[in-house]
Amino acid sequence: MTAPLHEETSAKTAVAEPAPTGAEKAIEGRSLGRIAWERLKSDKVALLGGAIVVLLILVAVFAPAITALTGQAPDERHEDLIDPLFSTPKGAFGGISGEHLLGVEPVSGRDILSRIVYGARVSILVGFLSAVVAVVIGTVLGTLAGYFGGWLDTLISRVMDMLLAFPQLLFIISLISVMPSSLFGLTGTGVRLLVMILVIGFFGWPYIGRIVRGQVLSLREREYIEAARSLGAGRPYILFKELLPNLVAPITVYTTLMIPTNILTEAALSFLGVGVKPPTASWGSMLSDAVQFYESDPMYMIIPGVAIFITVLAFNLFGDGVRDALDPKGAR
Amino acid sequence: MRTPSTSRRRLAAVSAVAAATLLGTSACGGGGGDDESAGGAFNAGIGKIANASDKKGGTLKFIGVQDADSWDTTRMYYGFAFDFARYYSRQLVSYTPAPGKKSVDLKPDLAKSKAKITDDGKTYTYELKDGVKWEDGKPITSQDVKYGIERQWAQKVLSGGPVYLKDVLDPDGKYKGPYEGGDFDGIKTPNDKTIEFHLPKRNGDFEQMLAMPTNSPVRKDKDTKSKYGLKPFSSGPYKFQSYTPNKGLMLVRNKHWDRKSDPLRKALPNAVKVTLLTNADERDKRLINGDADLDLNQRGMDSQGRTSALKQHKGNVDNPQSGFISYVAFPQSVKPFDNIHCRKAAIYGTDHKSVQTARGGPMAGGALATNMLPPVVPGYDKNDDQYGISKGSADVAKAKEELKKCGKPKGFKTTLAVRNTDKSDMKSAEAIQASLKKVGIDVETDPFDGAQGSSIVGNPDVVKKKGYGMVLYGWGPDFPSGQGYGVPLWHSKYILDNGNNNYALIDDKKVDDGFAAAISDLDPNSAAKKYAEVNKEVMKGGYYLPLTYLKVVQWRSDRLTNVYSANSFSGWYDFASLGVK
Repeated sequence: MTAPLHEETSAKTAVAEPAPTGAEKAIEGRSLGRIAWERLKSDKVALLGGAIVVLLILVAVFAPAITALTGQAPDERHEDLIDPLFSTPKGAFGGISGEHLLGVEPVSGRDILSRIVYGARVSILVGFLSAVVAVVIGTVLGTLAGYFGGWLDTLISRVMDMLLAFPQLLFIISLISVMPSSLFGLTGTGVRLLVMILVIGFFGWPYIGRIVRGQVLSLREREYIEAARSLGAGRPYILFKELLPNLVAPITVYTTLMIPTNILTEAALSFLGVGVKPPTASWGSMLSDAVQFYESDPMYMIIPGVAIFITVLAFNLFGDGVRDALDPKGAR
Repeated sequence: MRTPSTSRRRLAAVSAVAAATLLGTSACGGGGGDDESAGGAFNAGIGKIANASDKKGGTLKFIGVQDADSWDTTRMYYGFAFDFARYYSRQLVSYTPAPGKKSVDLKPDLAKSKAKITDDGKTYTYELKDGVKWEDGKPITSQDVKYGIERQWAQKVLSGGPVYLKDVLDPDGKYKGPYEGGDFDGIKTPNDKTIEFHLPKRNGDFEQMLAMPTNSPVRKDKDTKSKYGLKPFSSGPYKFQSYTPNKGLMLVRNKHWDRKSDPLRKALPNAVKVTLLTNADERDKRLINGDADLDLNQRGMDSQGRTSALKQHKGNVDNPQSGFISYVAFPQSVKPFDNIHCRKAAIYGTDHKSVQTARGGPMAGGALATNMLPPVVPGYDKNDDQYGISKGSADVAKAKEELKKCGKPKGFKTTLAVRNTDKSDMKSAEAIQASLKKVGIDVETDPFDGAQGSSIVGNPDVVKKKGYGMVLYGWGPDFPSGQGYGVPLWHSKYILDNGNNNYALIDDKKVDDGFAAAISDLDPNSAAKKYAEVNKEVMKGGYYLPLTYLKVVQWRSDRLTNVYSANSFSGWYDFASLGVK
């Protein structure tokens, strides 16, 4: 809808200002990326999702500054705010007050807002980095399988089938319980984060790999690749300069859709007690903690639940918007 | 020698302690206590009998979330199973049906009187009562009692239960058990009514050990070996009608049980029903709804149920002191806890009040533990507080001073192992972590699967390899004595390669000698004092950071009668006395 309108206005300006070359440029200069950006800009829902995503990233990055501003450290215990008989916060709605904007945790009295803010770090870190791991492995192996075909393709494809059928959650749970407490100079939560990122990423790559392989399979037969080849271009040139740019769109789409899944997996692992270690805050472990207080202190369950819900929804809306924008056959 | 007069003296001494405990209990109760309901008042079953009655009939309904490890008396080890086993089993001697500390005192059950002790405390002789019968009407003989006890030697087939009698009567493990080794000559049965125990070394707790349901009679022709737990053959007031593991069971009256021969069991209901669930919230809801009378497992209500029970039905709640303690042990194999000052720094640096709150506060968590001996064990002394734990807060100045003495003025890093299956333990670990951080001790928690405990924290090699400088665990006495409580925890002989409980690896001659002296003492009063000395020695070594003496919030239904918490069962209700309105 917007594109014709835009052309019309450009045409009008062209009429007003007799400069035919300018009008021509306005039509020719619209690259694929630009078209996609314009489509995305008009998609209000996707933009809202994108804005929330940006906000979340900022919150995660500036978590120490935010908690310094509210004056509540995430590990500071306020046992004086807890009813000793029931272990729940003294005030209404989970102890929400001017000092503790989202209330305090039952039992320990730690500030929930600070823990949500710090929990965002874990979610975003694991969500993004495991997606990066998956994208790197998936793109490399998918391209190899698609481009070279033959026994290599068979091998990689079978491995992908195997991984897709693998019970990854169970595998991660058992893997984390046998992990040593220090690894590559990391200890405690560091090890857990690293393992989660690597494993979630590792089990995520076949999804990207399959898409990339399919794309490469169809692209490598295209005339422009033939042309490059007949002009004497080497394999690296064809792979990096001719194929890869055309894979950017599907990879971007699947990455944005993979991040929320990874965030949910992290929450699930922390919920099951094999995620980050206490006292590191994580939305999943807050939720699992809240289960035993769901009647006496429902706010404690609602808050991390809403945080996970909003984050996943925002990423999904944004990802859907990106997919629509990049889809050449899109209705818009 | 244990004579009736010393028993009474001990009784007087312990009831004084019981009164002191009671005062503490009501002080912790948070001002409540007069909320009446049809079931009675808050804590009506503590130190006294709630709804005393002799009315027979009805069905008593238990509900639980965990089945017994086995209903075979030889194989069971769970406290609630010991308690429940008295419905279908009798022992030579058993516990007095009375609230609190009085229950620990032993009374003759199958035997006509308590033991005749001869040969300088090394021979115990019992005469059986006349007219005691099995569920098929045949008389219970001394051979049946002997056979039931001999079964605990058959560990290959019947593992799981405590083996105190085996260790005391056959310390070198020469006898192979009734399935392979025939007769054991340490127990003699000169006739059908007489049984004699010959101990290689005297042991002041022998009768307490004998009172455990582990030593119930089993009839040889009814012994189905490893399947015995599915349908034990009854010598008590009830017999098994049906049992489906993890689903439930039904006991009905054993018509051959003679009430006159058994003053210890009231046996009021006509039937006893057990329903087993998997969800503790669901269990608590059913209790509050009145679908069941009490919790089989007696571990107390969960957070949700606790909250609504205390808010709306306080009169149905008892808050008994259990025999369990939570503590942190410092394995000396892990540096820097080989140094006593580093251990002391961790004890001083912990905010005890914060740990108590993390465990659920004074009612659900329990009182602050000032030393390692819990209140139900004779010899308990609240005033033995060498580290000022009763103050509640951390002693940062002292902790820093100890750190300097230990040569780590800036603090150090260590790992705390904690059962991930126990929510209160996990919360306590976080509280300890937070308070020790303030004195410079950087604690990392390592949650492990509680079911694997004996091969993780119970294996000193694994502990050392994983660097567990702190192990958070709980413990309770198998039978109410310093021996039944402390030997596995503190005696150097009990440092085992697997299934170790002496996590701190205490190898202290003073402690070992203290135990030897206390065990051979036949006077329970002076033995209790000796155990208190051992405990003092252990605390002096700084091997442990005691956390809380566990209390639970226990539900008692409106229709339940004769309810009281008994020290003989770690503060749980005495099941055999219960009835229904």
